[in-house]
Amino acid sequence: MAAAMKPPGRIPAVLAIAAIGIFSALLLLLHDRWGPVIVVGVGAIMLVAALKTGAAARAERSFAAHEGAMNAMVVAVFLGVFVALGRENFSLLMLCTVLLYGIACLGLNIQLGYCGVMNFAGAAFFGAGSYTAAVLAANTALPHLLILAAGGIVAGVLGSVLLLPLLRTRGHYAALITVAFGVLFRSFLEVNDTLGGPQGLVVPGLNLFGWSFNDPITVGGFKLSFYFNYALLILLLASIAFVMARRLERSWIGMNLDAVRIDEVAASTFGLNVPYLKIMAFVIGNVFAGVAGAVFAMMTGFVSPNDFDFSTSLVLIAIIVLGGIGNPWGILPAAALVIILPEKLQAIQEYRFLLYSLAVVAILLFRPDGLFPRRLRRYFPDRAS
Amino acid sequence: MDIGFLAQFVLSGVMLGVVYAMVAVGFTLYFGVLDVINFSHADVLTAGAFLSLATYLGLTAAGVQMPFAVLALMLVAGLAGMAALGMVIAKFFVLPLRHAPPFITLLMTLMLGTAMREAIRLFYPSGSNPQSFPKLLPKTAYHWGNLLVREDTLILIATGIAVIALVSIFINRTRLGLAIRAVAQDGETARIMGIHFEWIVLLVFALGSALAAIAGVMNGLYYNEVSFSTGLRLGIIGFCAAVVGGLGNMYGAILGGFLFALLQTVAVVAMPAFSAYKDVFAFTAIILLMVIKPTGLIGEATSERV
Repeated sequence: MAAAMKPPGRIPAVLAIAAIGIFSALLLLLHDRWGPVIVVGVGAIMLVAALKTGAAARAERSFAAHEGAMNAMVVAVFLGVFVALGRENFSLLMLCTVLLYGIACLGLNIQLGYCGVMNFAGAAFFGAGSYTAAVLAANTALPHLLILAAGGIVAGVLGSVLLLPLLRTRGHYAALITVAFGVLFRSFLEVNDTLGGPQGLVVPGLNLFGWSFNDPITVGGFKLSFYFNYALLILLLASIAFVMARRLERSWIGMNLDAVRIDEVAASTFGLNVPYLKIMAFVIGNVFAGVAGAVFAMMTGFVSPNDFDFSTSLVLIAIIVLGGIGNPWGILPAAALVIILPEKLQAIQEYRFLLYSLAVVAILLFRPDGLFPRRLRRYFPDRAS
Repeated sequence: MDIGFLAQFVLSGVMLGVVYAMVAVGFTLYFGVLDVINFSHADVLTAGAFLSLATYLGLTAAGVQMPFAVLALMLVAGLAGMAALGMVIAKFFVLPLRHAPPFITLLMTLMLGTAMREAIRLFYPSGSNPQSFPKLLPKTAYHWGNLLVREDTLILIATGIAVIALVSIFINRTRLGLAIRAVAQDGETARIMGIHFEWIVLLVFALGSALAAIAGVMNGLYYNEVSFSTGLRLGIIGFCAAVVGGLGNMYGAILGGFLFALLQTVAVVAMPAFSAYKDVFAFTAIILLMVIKPTGLIGEATSERV
């Protein structure tokens, strides 16, 4: 295996990231009816070709070998796309939504992908963050940075209510707990009048240290969309969330979580504190979803129960499965596919839930590890595997 | 409180309970033979109701006037269609994933259900709006004080109980039922004994889906309305009922179904001011019950095999 010993170069990963960046920017910039269709068609052919010829695997190996530099490049590409879209409200809003769903999915991925705790109430925790932000921002003078943190804390605390049932039950019984909770949460929002009932609540825009996010920024006489503010903040938050998730995965805790997922009984015979690890994964995941939800509420300026129903939870899970369960890098492309594609292809917008569900069914049947399967843990990151 | 009012609540609670129990029995049957949760069950129910509705519309358009013949044909179409659909789901979507982790099967059937639900919403004419379901049963009402009893309610309750009893007899008293129980107990050993595993699985999926179709038609006849999301709501409740009762146990599922109806009814009776919160109350109670009995009320006795 002499070839495998040679550390992969940077070029495949750089090319892949650049291709994905150009592809997304083109997709978001084209507004006519057929432009996006052509871009998507070409992109799909390229993706299939890359998966078939092994180019995708090569890019992934090279990505893994130069993780730090490549992550930096991803951030740079995002910034580049933001600038390219500088004045386009809607496109920036969509990119922000992709990143926020990405943060929530990173959280769910810690639960499901690392620890194996099923959570079919992702949208409920996202919504808990949103409603916390809505109530606090409208009724208190709390600094907005604290409100974002509060969104995460409330989601975490709300999730803690489920800890006892989750720890006592297993498998399908545990899945029921989260399904029931997700339905219960939405039903509660819908009938509770102080939280706006089915009409929802209006949320004031974000304001950090006097920097009002709802005013457009002007750079050298060039006026940018006010979503640019949010895009920068959300990119920062997403980077922090990603770094945290990766650190967690690579630490001993991450390895213990893997052990719990693969075999709970074996993990506990080796002295791992299984309930403690499950609690940690579950709470951290919900906090991620809550913070993302809080930012989402302040960005869109409006929350309503419809944003947080069972099918939204399923969309979050669909993103994780599409990207490859347990693979944090898979989440962003998957979230982009799930959110941007239906918006840009107006012909299929009406059919988007049908298409998500069929896509997941097809992936589970034919490519059960997702588009970008999680790679084996590398024990010596500085050595070529 | 007046006794008539109370009787009224009991009656509507029993009606709900019968439908929930029928849905829950389907979930528990699938779990029994394959150890999987088939969430598309919920949307099979919707599909069954819509297929019957389409049959009705077709027959009316063709000029058939006899209500009972129409009803019988609707049931036959719904039952046969859903039994076939159930077998297709089992053969092409559930059996291929038999050795995958349980989460994957659950997700697969959830997404399959979503696809079916969306297909109904998009492709049935004006399917995103609730459709009116024909009133085919006699609606004569009787009054005793505050109690109001409609004939259709009685017919539906009797039908539901009869169907559940028939399924129970089928499972417990016939040779095919014995084969189903054998597969549920131990698939490998059942195979060695000469039972065709796959046929039995397909049979169970056909049976469960047919039950869902009956539940869908009953629900439609009772409320005179079906919508693409009818099944999702009933399915989530039926799933809760099956799990709370103890997965794989038919009596547990029936118990769970009636328990859920009881919880909803109690919420309405005891807290009239908060009757909008009846689902919140019922689901909270279900979660609490799971804390007390983590493997259901009539739980699996065996501990986990390692």
